Amino acid sequence: MYDAPNLGAKVEQKTNKIEANGVQVYYGDTHAIKDVSVAIESNTVTAFIGPSGCGKSTFLRCLNRMNDTIDICRIEGDIRLDGEDIYDKRVDPVQLRAKVGMVFQKPNPFPKSIYDNIAYGPRIHGLAKSKADLDEIVEKSLRRGAIWNEVKDRLHEPGTGLSGGQQQRLCIARAIATEPEVLLMDEPCSALDPIATAQVEELIDELRAQYSVVIVTHSMQQAARVSQKTAFFHLGHLVEYDNTSTIFTNPRDERTESYITGRIG
Amino acid sequence: MTDATSSGGATPRHSSSLLTQDARTLKRNAAESRFRAYGLSAVVIAMLALVFLLGSILHNGSSAFRQTFITLDVYLDPAKLDKKGTGNAEEIRKVTTFGYAPLIAASFEKLFEEEGIGVEGISAKKAGDLISKEGAADLRRFVHEDTTRVGETVSFSFLASGRIDGFFKGRVTMESAERDSNVSPAQLMLAEQLKEAGHLKTSWNWGFLTMADASENRPEAAGLGVAILGSFYMMIVVLVLSLPIGVAASIYLEEFAPKNWITDIIEVNISNLAAVPSIVFGILGLAIFINFAGLPQSAPIVGGLVLTLMTLPTIIIATRASLKAVPPSIRDAALGVGASKMQAVFHHVLPLAAPGILTGTIIGLAQALGETAPLLLIGMVAFVREFPAAPPEGFFDPASALPVQVYNWTQRADPAFVERASGAIIVLLVFLLIMNAIAIVLRRRFERRW
Amino acid sequence: MNAGLVILAVIALATLGYFVGRARALAKAGGDIRGLHSLPNYYGQTVFLFTAVPALLVCVGWLLLQPLYVEHRVSDMITPADIAEGSSQSLVMADIRRIATGLDTAVARGALTGADLSSLSADATDVRALLAGVGVALASEVKGSVLAAAKEYRAATATLKMAMSVVVILIALAGFVLSLRRLRPDFRARNVSETAIKALLILASSVAILTTVGIIFSLVFETANFFGLHSAADFFFGLTWNPQFRGGSDLGILPLLWGTLYVSFVALLFAVPIGLLVAIYLSEYASNRVRTIVKPAVEILAGIPTIVYGLFALITVGPLLRDYFAQPLGLGTSSSSVLTAGLVMGVMLIPFVSSLSDDVINAVPQSMRDGSYGLGATQSETVKQVILPAALPGIVGAILLAASRAIGETMIVVMGAGAAAKLSLNPLEAMTTITVKIVSQLTGDTEFASPETLVAFALGLSLFVVTLGLNVLALYIVRKYREQYE
Repeated sequence: MYDAPNLGAKVEQKTNKIEANGVQVYYGDTHAIKDVSVAIESNTVTAFIGPSGCGKSTFLRCLNRMNDTIDICRIEGDIRLDGEDIYDKRVDPVQLRAKVGMVFQKPNPFPKSIYDNIAYGPRIHGLAKSKADLDEIVEKSLRRGAIWNEVKDRLHEPGTGLSGGQQQRLCIARAIATEPEVLLMDEPCSALDPIATAQVEELIDELRAQYSVVIVTHSMQQAARVSQKTAFFHLGHLVEYDNTSTIFTNPRDERTESYITGRIG
Repeated sequence: MTDATSSGGATPRHSSSLLTQDARTLKRNAAESRFRAYGLSAVVIAMLALVFLLGSILHNGSSAFRQTFITLDVYLDPAKLDKKGTGNAEEIRKVTTFGYAPLIAASFEKLFEEEGIGVEGISAKKAGDLISKEGAADLRRFVHEDTTRVGETVSFSFLASGRIDGFFKGRVTMESAERDSNVSPAQLMLAEQLKEAGHLKTSWNWGFLTMADASENRPEAAGLGVAILGSFYMMIVVLVLSLPIGVAASIYLEEFAPKNWITDIIEVNISNLAAVPSIVFGILGLAIFINFAGLPQSAPIVGGLVLTLMTLPTIIIATRASLKAVPPSIRDAALGVGASKMQAVFHHVLPLAAPGILTGTIIGLAQALGETAPLLLIGMVAFVREFPAAPPEGFFDPASALPVQVYNWTQRADPAFVERASGAIIVLLVFLLIMNAIAIVLRRRFERRW
Repeated sequence: MNAGLVILAVIALATLGYFVGRARALAKAGGDIRGLHSLPNYYGQTVFLFTAVPALLVCVGWLLLQPLYVEHRVSDMITPADIAEGSSQSLVMADIRRIATGLDTAVARGALTGADLSSLSADATDVRALLAGVGVALASEVKGSVLAAAKEYRAATATLKMAMSVVVILIALAGFVLSLRRLRPDFRARNVSETAIKALLILASSVAILTTVGIIFSLVFETANFFGLHSAADFFFGLTWNPQFRGGSDLGILPLLWGTLYVSFVALLFAVPIGLLVAIYLSEYASNRVRTIVKPAVEILAGIPTIVYGLFALITVGPLLRDYFAQPLGLGTSSSSVLTAGLVMGVMLIPFVSSLSDDVINAVPQSMRDGSYGLGATQSETVKQVILPAALPGIVGAILLAASRAIGETMIVVMGAGAAAKLSLNPLEAMTTITVKIVSQLTGDTEFASPETLVAFALGLSLFVVTLGLNVLALYIVRKYREQYE
């Protein structure tokens, strides 16, 4: 499994960015994730699907240790980013999260200007050497977040004044600004209307060129549209993980089939 | 998405391994620990302040609950008390307090002779200064209760004077006595001898809780009786007025009031009244209740009225919160079976909100009990020795109040009053503790989650 | 018959009315409650309300207006000649009231008979000695016209009291009879009684307004009197505070204002950072165990009465600061100082600041924190750069409320700050505040009509206006802030 990840980046060959083995998650007494093993490939959009409460979001939050902020949450097993155990004692979650960015279900721009929202990450991580540098990062991130044209004339107005779809793209741009290697998205379109959803989906597809994207979604159509790999979770178990086309056309497990055809969920 | 320009391969600038921390992360983590330490030290400072505050009060005040007593065999000499020898109670009652002082001196003299106690330079009369100036008056009261005992020798327990009391509590030393006009080292030595002979004891001081205030130069006789009774009367007034008015106002505002400008004005009023400085309520009391309505100064009724006005916002806010916490489905259920709105509120909503209302009321009363400033302005600070009568007349009699008594004692010169003031604070805090404990128990027991 | 007895009688009558009304309604329906429009209790209630409420309202109104009327009548009897030098109409009125009470006491104790009283004249008898005998001390000899006025006062008061008793009882009886006669089975007793109860509820909620009106009335009225006796310019711009017993006082508010603001500033300097850090630590860092210990402890700090803090300042903090800072540094010799009062007041304000800040910090949605952590921010970066800026308006509101508390605080400064009005920068010197001077001008034996006493009302009004302004501003800011997240 340890095929040197750095070599893979040059050629268009998919390598495993994140490998999870036998992950168990407990919330107090509840066993939320049961023995999940999955390998996330680089330059790929991986979708986690499954009915509500199946643990897909919980698992996603394990990948950048966001669950650390919840006191009662306990994690067992082994999750590796580029071969390094992210739950190792020596790992600083702050450094990890800089590499594994996250976009949340509800757009959550800070009550600051659009510029400061984007600049926040680069500032705390010291990515910009000068003001000009920072300006450049902000512009680049907003362009990559596909929102530059809409906000370039009002960079110093509050980010909370944008529409829902714009806010979510702002949050994506904010996540990109820290130059992560993996982007986790927790139902990023659930609070958006269809047009905004289409814009965000298009954006996700473009991001694949540079990042490995993991997206949790409720919508099977969305998973089919944007992802190359799909993982189906059910009651804390990873039922099936395969190429998206395989999952949607020829699932091996009957639970997957039931879910996809709409019989459970 | 044409503006998603292909900006080329943005090479990540993070350190390649997660297992080693780069310099910047180390620096950020140091800042993190520093910030955490600031937070922790703020908590520690706050806790230390609390401990220091309570510790200093307890340290200074706990000795107020102990008092030095001198027990002497006193011969109630008929030659002094009943000069005409008639045994007539009326005649005996005419003897003034001064007339009793020689009896005390005589019993010291007897003590010196019989037990060989005595310090050079201390006559029996000067030894009498070991006993509180209140001692003779106490003896007089004792005789007045039963005048037939004149002629007997009785064993009587006197309050020791403030300085002697202070000596056994460590407040007065031989050195300080050298410089003190009220006590001499020789007197202290005599007190030591009395203690060895078993005539002088330091014991629990009920008088501190039951006696009335005493004048400037007899701190040992000062007690909290009038203040506790006065505070109690005021709390009755506050409870009787503020609970019904507060609950009625809350019911109206929460359940019936239409949304209009009058309601808005009332609401703004209540939230502002909650923040008006307490001394302003004192001015209100002075101007309206005393000068305008002509109610007597220093009376619990006026204090109670002022504190009622101060407590109302607290009770209204608490009551409204607990009314709000009763879910609308309960009201709908009552209205659904044909109850009027008034019936729905009084039969269903109010009983369910009662624990919250009670808790809020007790907390409001506790606040009122500790309030001092407004009471100063309505004359509660006056020196009151007489116990107020039983209610309802007692509400109009002059009285003191616990917190005001504390202030009063701090204004006096004798350092023994500092001990008394701190002791009074302990009593006040015990009352507050009990009230808050009741409130917490009520909340725990009846708290309902919908 | 005194007012208390009248009220008791009315209530007794009303209670009787309740039972009679209840029984009568039942009887009219032939003992079958199904024949009644409302439950029998409601019929009783209407009788109770109609008997008690109008009578009691009249009684209270009468008691409030009676002194006004009597004084108006009596004040016509005082000629300008009766008002001694340096005295005033209201002082003479106060004397009259005291004499009248003294006469009452004298009659009650039998020192005076009714006949004696009517023949009593100031020239023949030593009224002052007579009254001193019953415990009423007067400052000067009683003049003839004043004694006559006092007798008139007494007579009028007695007559009116009697009249009140009669009128109130009559009204109660009328209510009793009329409401009983209205009882019929189809009488909508519940609706009537509920309307009446609702009116009572409205009356109760108007107490809040009445209190505010009372505060404003008492402050403004006496302040106007003060400005009639003393120049407003001296009050607002005077740099010295030096009240004299014999008039000619300097009563400038500025030194007091300076002391007030200085003490409040020291208190906030101490309380705001600590309170804020406590709130942050408890809401963002502390484990559950620490929180369950520290939070109640901080609440205890909030529940301690200010007199306790005052005593703490007086006997512990003050001497400590004097012995270890002021004297060694040669900065002062007084144990009461701005620093003493400020520090102790700071301790008092810690829970205030921390609980208000706790509220606003918790109002910042969790999604903000998640967003920041998701970008790889540390907790302190999240607090400093996301949470605090987001909570800033709320925190500013909290600080303003704390400032208003500090400015209006009385006992701590009375016992800790000192009594000398000074414009000094040295925090180890004793200074005084507005509230201290309100207390000192209104306690003790001062004449009630002198500018030295009345100035307290002007000070109170200034205090009220300042704290009210701060509160309104703070509540406005906090409300705006809440709306942002709702």
